[in-house]
Amino acid sequence: MLTNRSKLVVKKEMTFAEKIYLPAILSGVAITIKHLFRKKATVKYPEKQREISDVWRGQHVLKRDDKGAERCTACGLCAVSCPAEAITMVAAERKKGEENLYREEKYAATYEINMLRCIFCGLCEEACPKEAIFLTDRIVSTDYGRNGFIYGKDKLVESVDERVDVTKRQTPAVLAFKQQKRLSHNK
Amino acid sequence: MSEFLIYKLILVGSVFGITLFVAAYSTYAERKVAAFLQDRVGPDRAGPFGIFQPLADGMKFIYKEEIIPVVSNKFLFVLGPCLAMLTAMMAGVLIPWGNTLIIGDQVYSLQIADLNVGILYVFGVVSIGVYGIMIGGWASNNKFSLLGAIRASAQMISYEIAMGLSIIALIIMTGTLSLGEISAQQAGGVGGDWNMWNVVYQPLGFLIFIVCAFAECNRTPFDLPECETELVGGYHTEYSSMKLGFYLFAEYINMFVSSAVISTLYFGGYNFPFMNDLGLDHNTISIIGTVVLFAKISFFIFFFMWIRWTIPRFRYDQLMNLGWKILIPLAVFNIFLTGLVMILLK
Ligand code: SF4
Ligand code: SF4
Repeated sequence: MLTNRSKLVVKKEMTFAEKIYLPAILSGVAITIKHLFRKKATVKYPEKQREISDVWRGQHVLKRDDKGAERCTACGLCAVSCPAEAITMVAAERKKGEENLYREEKYAATYEINMLRCIFCGLCEEACPKEAIFLTDRIVSTDYGRNGFIYGKDKLVESVDERVDVTKRQTPAVLAFKQQKRLSHNK
Repeated sequence: MSEFLIYKLILVGSVFGITLFVAAYSTYAERKVAAFLQDRVGPDRAGPFGIFQPLADGMKFIYKEEIIPVVSNKFLFVLGPCLAMLTAMMAGVLIPWGNTLIIGDQVYSLQIADLNVGILYVFGVVSIGVYGIMIGGWASNNKFSLLGAIRASAQMISYEIAMGLSIIALIIMTGTLSLGEISAQQAGGVGGDWNMWNVVYQPLGFLIFIVCAFAECNRTPFDLPECETELVGGYHTEYSSMKLGFYLFAEYINMFVSSAVISTLYFGGYNFPFMNDLGLDHNTISIIGTVVLFAKISFFIFFFMWIRWTIPRFRYDQLMNLGWKILIPLAVFNIFLTGLVMILLK
C-alpha cells in the first residue's frame, strides 16, 4: 500500500449490467473501432528502415590497432561476462614474425559468436580490457540455417583497409571511464 | 424444363463460386481487420495490399505435408473435414440472393430453392455441421481433439435451443417459415410505405439470434472448441494440410451463411430503403438489391471479426450459464411478448 497502486481484490456478485455483458462489450467495440482509423505503427521494413540510435548495439566487430594487428588477446573475459554464453574461442601463442598480425603475445586462433544466442547486451564490449570487441550499428542479417549465424573471425574481424567506425560508442569519456584502475578488470 | 435446369445449374454454380470466393477473401479480411484494429497493416506482400494472400495461403495448404496419425480412425478422420465443408456449403441454397429478374416473359428467381420450411432446413443443415467437428475430433484419437469436439457439441446443442426459440418469435410475427417470403415481406422499408425491417419489431430476438450465431460458428468469444491456450488446437489439433484448410474454410463459409441469414431474417434481405420511390424498373431494383444484400452481409462479416478482435474468450461455465440461464429464458420471454402483442393488435 506504499505506492497506493495496489488494488484490493473484492469478489463480489456481478451486477445485472455486468451479467448481461452488453455494456462492457459495447465499450469494448467502441475502443477497437477507434483503432481502425489510427495511424499504423508498422514500419514497412525492406523499403523503409527504422531510424536507429548512434549507439545501437548490433553486430560485433573485432578491432585491429593502427598498424593493422588484431587487438584481441584471447583472455576470455568477454566469454565469461556474456550472459547468453554466446562466445567461444581458442587461444594460440604468437609466433615470431607474426607481430604485424597480432598485437599481443597470445591471440584468438578462432573466435566465434553465435548470433542466435547473443542478446546484444554489450557486456562483452564492457568487459574487454584490450578495446578489442565492439558492438556496431550493423544489423545481423537473416539466414536459412542455424550454422550461418555462428560468426567466425572471417565475419567479425574488421579488414585492414575498411575499418569499422566505433567512435560513437567509444567516446573519450567512455574510454576514460573504462581505463579507471579501480574497476576490477583493469587492475 | 431443360431451360429451368440450366438456369438453376448456373445459379447453383455461381452461388457456389461466390461462397468460396467470399470465404477465401474473408480469411484475408480477417487478417486485415485484425491488423487494423491492432494498429498494424496486416499482410501486404502478395500483390498490391496483399490481395493475393488467399491464393498464397491456399497454395501453402496444398503443398504442406499431409499427416494422418496411425492411431486415428482413417475413414472418419477424412470424413470429418468433408462433412464440415459439405454442410457449410449446403445452407446457401435457401438464401434469397435477390428479387426476381424478368427477362422477356420469363420470371427468374434469384433463390435456388424456396422451401416452405426454409428456416428449419437451415437449422437442420447447420446442426449437422457439428458432426464434422465431432467426428474429426473423435477420430483423431487425441485428448485435446476429443475435448474440443465435446465442447463444440455441448456448445452447439445449448445455443441451438436459444436460437430456435428466438426464431419462433419471428415466425409468429411473419407467419411463414420460407426465407423468400420473409424477405419479400420486408420490401419497401423506409420511404413510401412505412414497412420496417424485422429488427425493429424483434430487437431482442435479433440480439439472441446473433449471440447464438456467434456460438454456432465457433467464433470468439465462443471459440472454445479450438481454444489454443488450453487445447492446443482443439478439434483440429491433429489435422494438417488441406484437411485443416477445409476446417478453417468451413468456419468462414459458416460465417458468410450466418451473415446472409441474419441479413435476410432481420435486416430486410435484398430490400433497401426508398426502393419503391426511385421509379426504377424491376430488374434494376433487383440488381441493386443483390448488391445491397452483399453490403449487409459484408457488414456482418466485418462485425464478426470486429467482435473477435475485441472480446476475450468466455470461460466454459460462463458459456453454459449464458446459454441456459440467460438466453433461453430471454428467448421464451420474447416469444411470450410477441404472442401477446400479436393478439392485442388483432
Ligand atoms: S553482446 Fe552480450 S550476449 Fe552478445 S556476445 Fe556480447 S556479452 Fe554475449
Ligand atoms: S575480452 Fe577482449 S581481448 Fe579478451 S578475449 Fe574478449 S575480445 Fe579478446
